[in-house]
Amino acid sequence: MEHILDVAADLPLTVGEHRFQSRLFVGTGKYRSNAEMLAAIEASGADCVTVAVRRVDLDRTKEAGILHHLDPEKYFLLANTAGCYSAEEAVRYARLGREAGFNDFVKLEVIGDKETLLPDVAGLLEAARVLAGEGFRVLAYTNDDLITALRLEDAGCAAVMPLASPIGSGLGMLNPYSIRTIKHRLSVPVIVDAGVGTASDACLVMEQGVDGILMNTALAEAEDPVLMARAMRLATEAGRLAYLAGRMPKREVAVPSSPVRGMLS
Amino acid sequence: MTELALTVNGEARRVPAPATIKDLLDRLGLDGRGVVVELNRRIVRRPEHTETPLRDGDAVELVHFVGGG
Repeated sequence: MEHILDVAADLPLTVGEHRFQSRLFVGTGKYRSNAEMLAAIEASGADCVTVAVRRVDLDRTKEAGILHHLDPEKYFLLANTAGCYSAEEAVRYARLGREAGFNDFVKLEVIGDKETLLPDVAGLLEAARVLAGEGFRVLAYTNDDLITALRLEDAGCAAVMPLASPIGSGLGMLNPYSIRTIKHRLSVPVIVDAGVGTASDACLVMEQGVDGILMNTALAEAEDPVLMARAMRLATEAGRLAYLAGRMPKREVAVPSSPVRGMLS
Repeated sequence: MTELALTVNGEARRVPAPATIKDLLDRLGLDGRGVVVELNRRIVRRPEHTETPLRDGDAVELVHFVGGG
């Protein structure tokens, strides 16, 4: 039996034709400072970072965008359509993101509800079809719903990103069965996006066999984002290795680990 | 007409006429790198900035990447 000794020996995660070094993707929002964000990204080991498209602040143009802090040579910048509530709006943001960025990848979000930030799956499918048709590599943020995931794959998405729980909630993975089922049934990579709060959440997500995980708030809102980023890196790797290792079966009865024979009479 | 009334990122702005997109970016202190320009909902690529004139009533959006998840 050939042994995979560490994550470096694992097959790399490939989306579209792009190979990512790390299965952990991280966001760049909500950090207390750019220096802290950079240190956390570094500690996470992620090579793919998400960014948002927003208006330039005309009164503070010297305080430039995030490109002045993030080296696009070093990091793969994945533009998102966060904050979009219709397919039309998301398509507009995706086109702007492609123009601002360095690749034709987009993390597609079409949000349906302000309170839960849950996706509008009808709008999501519509936008995914349009963007895939325009040559975008679409990574679609979606519910933990198998049928929607299958439709997104049919629509030409390069990856499907079911949520662990709502964006920014830190509730962890609410439905491991759904996540596993989506992974089993899809051919494109499955990257769980949103909802993880701490390292054990990330580990559990990766133990379901998914291809990757994306997080932002769990790092940015940790008391020490850099330390949490390191923990998330280890947890993602541990969960991946545990999945590859294949866990022991669960039993409802105890089985002794030490020999039952040879006990003193 | 000596001035153009524009809407830039949702704000009313006046610029001396004639003006191109490049002129507007220069006035705002933006060098165009990392900034994407949308003129009346159509993206105008950077090489076209110097030759794209602005007209009275144009709506311009100037966007860039910010931190996000």
